[in-house]
Amino acid sequence: MRTMHTGQSNEVSARAHRSRAGGFLFALAVSAVLAGPLGCSNKSAPGTEASGAASTKGKSVKIGVLTDLSGLYADLGGEGSVLAAKMAVEDFGGKVNGVPVEVISGDHQNKADVGSNLARQWMDVDGVQVIVDVPSSAVALAVNEIVRDKNKVFLASGPGSTDITGKACTANTIHWTYDTWALANGTGKAIVQEGGDSWFFLTADYAFGQALERDVSNVVKASGGKVLGSAKHPLNAPDFSSLLLQAQSSKAKIVGLANAGGDTINAIKQAGEFGIVRSGQKLAGLLVFISDIHALGLKTAQGLELTSAFYWDHNPDTRTWSKRFGEKRKGAMPTMVQAGVYSSVLHYLKAATVVPDPTDGKAVVAKMKEMPTDDPLFGKGTIRADGRKIHPMYLYEVKAPADSKGPWDYYTLRREIPAAEAFRPLAESECPLVKK
Amino acid sequence: MHDPFSIPPQALLSQLLIGLINGSFYALLSLGLSVIFGLLNVVNFAHGAFYTAGAFVAYLLLEHTGIGYWPALVMAPLVVGALGVLIERTMLRRLQGLDPLYGLLFTFGLALVIQGLLRIEYGSSGLPYQIPEALEGGRDLHFMFLPNYRAWVILFSVSICLGTWYVIERTKLGSYLRAGAENPALVQAFGVNVPLMTTLTYGFGVGLAAIAGVLAAPIYRVSPMMGADQLIVVFAVVVIGGMGSIMGSIVSGFALGVIEAITKVIYPNASDTVVFVLMAIILLVKPAGLFGKVQ
Repeated sequence: MRTMHTGQSNEVSARAHRSRAGGFLFALAVSAVLAGPLGCSNKSAPGTEASGAASTKGKSVKIGVLTDLSGLYADLGGEGSVLAAKMAVEDFGGKVNGVPVEVISGDHQNKADVGSNLARQWMDVDGVQVIVDVPSSAVALAVNEIVRDKNKVFLASGPGSTDITGKACTANTIHWTYDTWALANGTGKAIVQEGGDSWFFLTADYAFGQALERDVSNVVKASGGKVLGSAKHPLNAPDFSSLLLQAQSSKAKIVGLANAGGDTINAIKQAGEFGIVRSGQKLAGLLVFISDIHALGLKTAQGLELTSAFYWDHNPDTRTWSKRFGEKRKGAMPTMVQAGVYSSVLHYLKAATVVPDPTDGKAVVAKMKEMPTDDPLFGKGTIRADGRKIHPMYLYEVKAPADSKGPWDYYTLRREIPAAEAFRPLAESECPLVKK
Repeated sequence: MHDPFSIPPQALLSQLLIGLINGSFYALLSLGLSVIFGLLNVVNFAHGAFYTAGAFVAYLLLEHTGIGYWPALVMAPLVVGALGVLIERTMLRRLQGLDPLYGLLFTFGLALVIQGLLRIEYGSSGLPYQIPEALEGGRDLHFMFLPNYRAWVILFSVSICLGTWYVIERTKLGSYLRAGAENPALVQAFGVNVPLMTTLTYGFGVGLAAIAGVLAAPIYRVSPMMGADQLIVVFAVVVIGGMGSIMGSIVSGFALGVIEAITKVIYPNASDTVVFVLMAIILLVKPAGLFGKVQ
């Protein structure tokens, strides 16, 4: 009787508290989730030498791959970028002047504060000399400042914002693979020339999306077209239906997607549902990676035009390297961001071999700008005074399912944009390093 | 911020319809959560992960066995529900009678494990899943183009929600479930197999999440993160509706979908937060939720 009574009162009091407990529990739950357990933090390779001092001369050359390991950009950068960096170190011989090279990685979760803290910790405590990748313009702009303050090196393969070689340029950063100006000049110009002269943008509301919208709008207006409006969405939005409706009611000929990764994939999928293309408008994917096409499938993505700095099937060299890459990635072909990580790390190692002090970021970057670049992925290229790496860009069209001969055979080359035309002219850059 | 009176009625109507579609997902997911909380006193944080699992089961069925959408709509909830039953039997049961916080922590950990495993295996970009042929295309209602599939989402969710409500609130089986939640010892003394009911209820709630996942697969990407995206809002919906109240979660789910949509038109910047602002207000004014009962 006694036990039953206790049992009963436990139940009753539990229920009595339930309505308040519900609210309290929810508050607790929300704070637990917001504490950000979903991201992994710093992952170091086993056997890390924790060198306390910032100067690691003679100990080891540490390369930090700061990327999105768990979110919407994880497939275009992520573990593939880490692999690309390791492949570059391996191909270089694993050592710089007898000093072993080490690659560590970390997840910035596309948040500027998380990325900044990790970068600071790496450079202050862990002796990292060069940070690579960072596929998020918001994080990249923050890391850019920190790397300059600590005189290390930042090889930005992942982000897009042209500001990195514009008003935010530093003598410690090289913007490697692509930027929003190159995308606007490639995809944007091509579409306007085909008759797409009125645009409505769906924009990811942060540094990258805004830069992309701005650069493409400039191209559209310079070619005599009109920008009818734009609808902004937060990063990682699952639902584009209301934005697509706004795009439809604007009656613009082109719906420009100023976003990337998971957001672009979702927008394209849902645009198909709402009959955007059927009712006569065209979609323009302004930043599209091969990983996105793989996720969409050719049936949905066919006909999409995109600008890329790299395609795995471009020439025998890219094919060989990509197959090596794919073997460790369950057959997934590299994106241009991952290829850019390989290329930038390789060039860095070459420069670090010949400078007297490889821990002096400015000196290494100056050397990298002095030496012309050459690797199997991007061919021959140069690095300008503003930190912009120059190479040709390529305009591709996504194949129809019938034309594809196998997995990852997704692109047809439409046009090669020569290196001299592909990027914003030095004269137009607001970079203070450029002597005018 | 747009002046609400200058928005063309067309835009408003079309956004309302979109809101109903989003609301369908909120309603289905919060229904499952409410059922589990109401009858088991467990705050099922793994709900988003089961929703994701439902979508993945549908994807895998199509990929590896060619089984399409319609059978998947039945099979995915059964498979995921069975997984839920297994978890309840072996792990959740041990937490019965303890502070609900333990159930929350356990299911939270479970969610991270399920999501992490899926992400390691399938990446985070998401996988394609085509809309079933029968539901392709759409209807041109003059104020917008309504895809057939989205109309189906609304109809299907409403039927499932009303069906569940009816079973729990109006049938004998439902009354056993509710009695078992109030006073398991007494109900068991009458010869009703309460532990079996508890297990099956958890399986059912989880199955509801899985059905929502299959429903979402063709329109949102099948991605390991899809549950996490939705779950926070769904919790807010459940709190607003009243934790444990079946009708409360259904009504709040649809209502909040519509409110979110209207906010998107009037003041887009607030559309993410309006649900939480409402939740804060409700908690201050009526802590038990709109339909909740303070006992």
